[in-house]
Amino acid sequence: MSDHDAGTVAGFEIGALKQVEVGGRRMVLGRNQAGYFALANTCPHQGSRLSEGTLIGTAIADAAGKIEYGREGMILRCPWHGWEFDVDSGRSLCEPERRQVAAYAVREEDGRLLVTVGSSGREK
Amino acid sequence: MAIAPDERRTVEQTEKTDISLVDADVHNYPRSIDSLTPYMSQRWVEYVRQTGFVSPPKDEYPRFYESAARRDAWPPNGDIPGSDPGFATTQLLDEWDIDYAVLNPLYGVSRVHNLDFGNSLMRAVNEWTAHDWLDFDERYKGSIVVNFSDPPAAAEEIRRVAADPRFVQVLLLARSPAPYGRREFRPIFEAAVDVGLPIGMHFGGGGGPITGTGWPSFYIEDHTGMVQAFEAQVLSMVCEGLFVDFPTLKVALIESGFAWLPPLMWRLNKNFRGLRQEVPWLKKMPSEYIQEHFRVTTQPMEEPENPEHLMQIMDMLGRDDFLMFATDYPHWDFDAPDRAIPASIRGERRDGIMFKNAMEFYDFERS
Repeated sequence: MSDHDAGTVAGFEIGALKQVEVGGRRMVLGRNQAGYFALANTCPHQGSRLSEGTLIGTAIADAAGKIEYGREGMILRCPWHGWEFDVDSGRSLCEPERRQVAAYAVREEDGRLLVTVGSSGREK
Repeated sequence: MAIAPDERRTVEQTEKTDISLVDADVHNYPRSIDSLTPYMSQRWVEYVRQTGFVSPPKDEYPRFYESAARRDAWPPNGDIPGSDPGFATTQLLDEWDIDYAVLNPLYGVSRVHNLDFGNSLMRAVNEWTAHDWLDFDERYKGSIVVNFSDPPAAAEEIRRVAADPRFVQVLLLARSPAPYGRREFRPIFEAAVDVGLPIGMHFGGGGGPITGTGWPSFYIEDHTGMVQAFEAQVLSMVCEGLFVDFPTLKVALIESGFAWLPPLMWRLNKNFRGLRQEVPWLKKMPSEYIQEHFRVTTQPMEEPENPEHLMQIMDMLGRDDFLMFATDYPHWDFDAPDRAIPASIRGERRDGIMFKNAMEFYDFERS
């Protein structure tokens, strides 16, 4: 496990997505109302750059036709085929046990973003 | 010819315990409107007489053979195929030693524009099935015909007829005024679930152009292209959250074929991964709802050039209890119990198709 500098927080607005290279890995770094997150930047489906996607909320329903909108800023949607990923876990909303992108822990220190990169697997 | 009560048989086959063959699709037809009028109120009997009503609209195309029937299925008395319980019983149940046969009367009550008259016909068909067929031989099991053009009336009829445990499913037709997942049809499924009966959705129906691109010219296109309606129904029932609202609901696709289902599941899953927000009530992959809630009858059996491909398609369906054997008697595309399923399908898989899966799906002994 090691911490890597992923750049300054200056100008990093809520809702923004950035591609960064951290510890030799291409990541998408983002910010929502809850803070910062980092995910592997390659969609596991067909390899799009998730940093070109959109940070969104999503439709939620417990019964047919009872639809609401929620989780604003908590979902990263692929720019190509629309797959949705939870930005905290990296897991697909459709198939959380089967499809996911690596998620990394991010923290802010002295105006810099530090991403923790581990040896394997889900890292957040 | 009416069947006198003392001629009705007590069938010893129903008493044996070693079930080996279930036919999940057999058709009984009223020989004429006169078979139904004994079960209709005076208002509608007089209406039939006054108007000369013969039957609801039937076929969109001339169907190969008259009545779409095997040429040898015409009873000696000259009545239409499937109208004589004695003859049908001899030619089908006795000939093939069938233990149970599910009757699906294809009587188009839903295509009668006068809803009240359609509902009268609906009730009459169910009474006629009970009295003329289920009373005749205990191996017959009934399907509740419903007027899906009037879902509240259909629901009421389901609750009424389900009191007779010889009825084992609710019958819908694949071509409907709108796909069945839409909310206007919910009363039908709610009633079916309440009384604990599955839905059987059979080939046929009508009311609009039979393809997504208008009217084709030939019966061969009608017959082959029915899968379009089944695809639309499966998509609708899954995407509209029917199985979220009714988690115990089961649906048999009857005379739909099944080779089209694996690619439909693949495509639907693929699109769901991107379009999930339209149907966020789905908590599982769409294919999981299909595999859990649907079953399919075999006739008309898929016949690929290479029989091995059939085995591969069965594997692609994702579960071994998905198929239920059916003959479609008395129709011309009848599948013979000893020939339709390739000999290469053996053992448990064969037993499942020939009787076990239907025994599991239909609670024949629920009385």
